[in-house]
Amino acid sequence: MSRRIFVPRDTSAVACGADAVADRIRSEAARRGVDVTVVRNGSRGLCWLEPLVEIETDEGRIGYGPIGVVDVEGLFDAGFPGDVRHPRALGLVENMAWLKRQLRHCFSRNGITDPLDLADYAANGGWAGFAQARSMASEAIVQAIVESGLRGRGGAAFPCGIKWKTVLDQVAEQKYIVCNADEGDSGTFSDRMLIEGDPYRLIEGMLIAGRAVGATKGYVYLRSEYPLACRVFAEALDTAREAGWLGSDIRGGGRDFDIELRIGAGAYICGEETSLLESLEGRRGQVRFKPPLPAIKGLFGKPTVINNVITLASVPDILANGAAWYRDLGVGRSRGTLPIQLGGNIRRGGLIELAFGVTLRELLDEFGGGSASGRPIRAVQVGGPLGAYLPESQFDTPLDYEAFAAIDAMLGHGGIVVFDDSVDMAEQARFAMEFCAVESCGKCTPCRIGSTRGVEVIDRMRAGTDAEADEVLLRSLCDTMLHGSLCALGGLTPLPVLSALKHFPEDFAVRR
Amino acid sequence: MKPHVARPDPSSPGSGLDAVARASVEAVIASFESRQDVLLPILHGIQDALGFVPPASLPLVASALNLSRAEVHGVVSFYHHFRSEAPGRHVLRLCRAEACQAMGARAIEAHVRRRLGIGYNETSADGRITLEPVYCLGNCACAPSAMLDEQVHGRLSLEAVDRLLDGCGEVA
Repeated sequence: MSRRIFVPRDTSAVACGADAVADRIRSEAARRGVDVTVVRNGSRGLCWLEPLVEIETDEGRIGYGPIGVVDVEGLFDAGFPGDVRHPRALGLVENMAWLKRQLRHCFSRNGITDPLDLADYAANGGWAGFAQARSMASEAIVQAIVESGLRGRGGAAFPCGIKWKTVLDQVAEQKYIVCNADEGDSGTFSDRMLIEGDPYRLIEGMLIAGRAVGATKGYVYLRSEYPLACRVFAEALDTAREAGWLGSDIRGGGRDFDIELRIGAGAYICGEETSLLESLEGRRGQVRFKPPLPAIKGLFGKPTVINNVITLASVPDILANGAAWYRDLGVGRSRGTLPIQLGGNIRRGGLIELAFGVTLRELLDEFGGGSASGRPIRAVQVGGPLGAYLPESQFDTPLDYEAFAAIDAMLGHGGIVVFDDSVDMAEQARFAMEFCAVESCGKCTPCRIGSTRGVEVIDRMRAGTDAEADEVLLRSLCDTMLHGSLCALGGLTPLPVLSALKHFPEDFAVRR
Repeated sequence: MKPHVARPDPSSPGSGLDAVARASVEAVIASFESRQDVLLPILHGIQDALGFVPPASLPLVASALNLSRAEVHGVVSFYHHFRSEAPGRHVLRLCRAEACQAMGARAIEAHVRRRLGIGYNETSADGRITLEPVYCLGNCACAPSAMLDEQVHGRLSLEAVDRLLDGCGEVA
């Protein structure tokens, strides 16, 4: 019988050579007359071990990683694809503490199934949420989402059920489901991993959303910086459509729903929901004034649910297991699980899905294993380029939207970027302003002009003609941006700047 | 250094394009319905076919979608992804975002710029490589990262980047 070998087709794995490894395994097996089937799975999120090669055995899947092309011949020499003694052997992957400690719901299938195999999807719990939703009235589906406590995972953490209810309550001949997959926040990659590793989960979530609010058309706005995710999702849409999961009269249920994939064009601001809608309509991605809310007047002026990938991907399990099951996970008003992305200067980075409430320190030490460089961790930035920089003294903060807000920080999309003690925090603050200047949509003055002035003021502070006056000016500028900007880009750029200034003032001292 | 397209004649849309480019642009436009919301897909189609969105193609797009040239220009120039000039044979995008910074991206950036003798959004004198910044490729646990053409590369070192650049030289 052909032995199944798994080599991820995931951007991180491929970026570290997975395609070449898969090819070499095939050719080496053919050369030796060994019968193997190479499955291109998604990533388990153990990014530091990518490419992570797994072999299916009667006991479970045995992992080896990271495996480069140069390692393949040696593996076969040692008895691959049997259970091989090898310095890179990891034993049974599901027994690894890093995975065992997690609560994988959104990412339950990632790395386990073949992302594009519909039979694999169905055999591993796929469509269970949709089957449940199919037997429920729209109001009941929306009520389940309300009761689950699910909040938007894109960063703003708005209650998802309230948004859905608003759209459900609108009377319109056309409503839309828009998935925001413009994952522009640096340090975040859960949307990408989910789309590459379990794309039907997103499709199922959107199908349920469509049923819940009475929408028949969905859009996925996926960033152009993710070419592999674009290819995988396009394939997934075709396969799902052929199998009758998209289109008209879905699976004989009498309802229509289809999804169109749209590719972004390198504008960070299009992760902001109203900019994204502008972009979908074929315009510059400039922020809209609110109100009206997109739930009332969204895409093409119609009521629109716009949710992040992870929000929509959380929906099927909530329907399948019940709202109470989800609500019982987490802390405070942060319910359920959060896929956390640990990156930057960290030994064991990757995707960690856990219930809310875990502390940064647990993540950095127990999962991350300290910095990659071996030097002390000096700062972490949580929540993308608009997130605050936190010093070691705040590492006991639990991952919870309110706990982060209480220390002038934000959880955002759950990305954690680690810096060791070689970081120059004034340089990071300057970069925050520079990034805002590059990515500002230009509609409001505090963001468009303030960001450029911010770079200049920080440069002056460090040059030191009148550092004290410039610090006052920087704080005043941040205050203007915070309160005067139209959206979160200008409004939150002060977060990394002020947190760097507050916790690491020594880095802003004059350079001689 | 860069191939330039002729200045378009406003009386005849697309007149600044050579016949091959014009045919590509028209084929892309013809594959979509005439609605404003397909403007980005059309621009992607043109750039995928030609490597950039020639300014001379904008009147054709505008006319097909019943938009003004100014509107189309406004969209093209808003999005970092779209280029208005032909790129080199390869496009190297270096990630400038925080996770990569934490793993030495600034040193890689300085090294590449020095070696190629160019800044961002410029093409090396031999026409081989166009250098572009990118803000996150979603490979933050295997940083630093870069994308050469459509391929993402992670865990980059100065030596690994040199190998990528050397590889670009061998392609005719």
